[in-house]
Amino acid sequence: MVERSRRFDLIAQAVLFLGLVIASLPFIIVAIAASHDLPTVNKVPMPLTPGHDFVKNVVEAWQRADLGTKLINSLIFAGGVALGKVFIAALSAFSIVYFRYRGRMVIFWLIFITLMLPLEVRIVPTYSVAANVLNPYQTILDLTGITWLIQQVSGLQVSLQWGLLNSYTGLIAPLVATATGTFLYRQFFLTLPDEWVEAAKMDGAGPLHFFIDVLLPVSRTNMVALGTIMFVWAWNQYLWPLLVTTDPGHATAVMELKELIPSTYGIPDWNVAMAGTLIVMLPPLIVVVLMQRWFVRGLIATEK
Amino acid sequence: MSRIVIRNLRKAYNRNEIVRDLDLAIEDGEFVVVLGPSGCGKSTLLRMIAGLEEITGGEIEIDGRVVNRLEPRERGCAMVFQNYALYPHMTVAENIGYGLKVAGIKREERSRRVAAVADTLGLGEMLARKPSALSGGQRQRVAMGRAMIREPRVFLFDEPLSNLDAKLRAQLRLEIRQLHQRLKTTSIFVTHDQIEAMTLADKLVVLNKGRIEQMGSPAEIYHRPNSLFVAEFIGAPPMNILAAHVGEDRFLHLSADWRLPVADHVGAGPLKIGFRPEDVAITQQPIPGSTAFEVTLIEELGMGQLAHGQVGGTNIVVHLPKGGAPILRQRLHVSVPATHLHAFDAASGRRLDIEPIVTEAGLHQVIGFAAPR
Repeated sequence: MVERSRRFDLIAQAVLFLGLVIASLPFIIVAIAASHDLPTVNKVPMPLTPGHDFVKNVVEAWQRADLGTKLINSLIFAGGVALGKVFIAALSAFSIVYFRYRGRMVIFWLIFITLMLPLEVRIVPTYSVAANVLNPYQTILDLTGITWLIQQVSGLQVSLQWGLLNSYTGLIAPLVATATGTFLYRQFFLTLPDEWVEAAKMDGAGPLHFFIDVLLPVSRTNMVALGTIMFVWAWNQYLWPLLVTTDPGHATAVMELKELIPSTYGIPDWNVAMAGTLIVMLPPLIVVVLMQRWFVRGLIATEK
Repeated sequence: MSRIVIRNLRKAYNRNEIVRDLDLAIEDGEFVVVLGPSGCGKSTLLRMIAGLEEITGGEIEIDGRVVNRLEPRERGCAMVFQNYALYPHMTVAENIGYGLKVAGIKREERSRRVAAVADTLGLGEMLARKPSALSGGQRQRVAMGRAMIREPRVFLFDEPLSNLDAKLRAQLRLEIRQLHQRLKTTSIFVTHDQIEAMTLADKLVVLNKGRIEQMGSPAEIYHRPNSLFVAEFIGAPPMNILAAHVGEDRFLHLSADWRLPVADHVGAGPLKIGFRPEDVAITQQPIPGSTAFEVTLIEELGMGQLAHGQVGGTNIVVHLPKGGAPILRQRLHVSVPATHLHAFDAASGRRLDIEPIVTEAGLHQVIGFAAPR
């Protein structure tokens, strides 16, 4: 439906503009609030013209929430989760699509079903595993009576411990598995011609060669798209970092925003809180802007 | 260069037999074309030789070594695929040289060999391009380059020309033939296009329902088809087939009013008689051994004409050579010399050799059969 009518163009542009205003209004208000001083921001109604204290508020927020460290933590956390997801998803989809083994479809459906188990649903068991990675094995040993047997025979109490709380590994590793990503790759790999695998076999390339030399380069745009989505998703995580990190040295920027929000009887310095919000919002925004071109291509088009 | 021997080869998916008890010996340097309708198992046969498909039963031997359990790369075969199977993110040079790269050959030697192969195929200018910037014919050449560079013992072609337009197909057919004359590598070429098959083959193998129907030189197969299937499959337009019978009156009845005398030793019974459109003689007036032919349609070929029409209620096609009298809708008379008749057993479809016996009167031929029936 390509219609070249001037009136239609105008209507379309008006609708788009309206959408833009609705979408960006909250951000504009945040930015304006971040530029006022304490008395102005607490006026009712708050003036909708920018003030002069923007830089001051930003510096204040940065210092009070120790955003330097926290942003680096967040970058490591979100970047690690995104990279991990991109890689693990590619590898598991590779296995599911290109190898014939028993239980292949069962495994695929198990992965797929985890789509219905977001982090919030499985947070208790996930926390328990992060607190002690070996916990499931300990349980197996206890239930099968092996612990009891070893204790009877040698007098030693088997107690497996490997905690990941307050570490980057603990923050990242439990979030790295992704059903969405695996599914995305699987669907993409299924569209690739079978002859590529066969040509690679004839060329003498083993599975790993094929994966690295052919599949990964070809799915470049998919990787960027998945990486971008997952980076933003991980950046915005609040509950998980809050549970896993008790040591402020490992806290993430989104967690730390809470520190900037005025408490009930404290000074209502919303201007500083808003400035902090703007800073924390910036990195995912930059990532999306940089990756946008690839991102869109990865989601809609298959490169031929 | 090598010899391939296939013994009792079988392939079955569940209960479904694709290739049955196939025996085939391919000599060193031979160009073998496997021809058959779709679903006859020709691609499966090729892929079993390549090692891309598991073998259900039997043996494949390359150079005296049974390769059943070997990986594709250990068999020394190179394959050209129908849809080229080029990697889109690699340049022409990288595509051609990928096999060498995997084999761990140094960059300098690799680029030297890639350049050499590209020159042979006329791809020298295009080494830095991606496959998406190439035409179909060029892509097919790259696919051939990828196969050539490893200097394989055997070339396997899986319908490599069927995605190209007619002109390019003819050109690449010629190039493949020339390449084979130069390299003398044993080649197996699978196709459903009989012109490709006829022009390329040293040895033509006609496959039907997983079995070899006939094997021989293209001329042999064209002139002496072993079965009704081969007779109808080879040749364009196909051979005319008439349901005939030898009567108690010592005549072969091709239709109600078309009969030819047969020798005494020929037993009565039904037969299938075939003759090629170009072997038919046309006359304006009836002659001994001819029958009426009602022309319904003329197709102009440039190098002649095809006359479609009926003989005693059966549709046949007659090829009229260039320069003949123009034919409008009319009644003609056709006859076929006994040497150009092909007889097949009505039940099994096997060939029955016809031996024309010239009677003493010398007026017309009497048909006999080399083997008694």
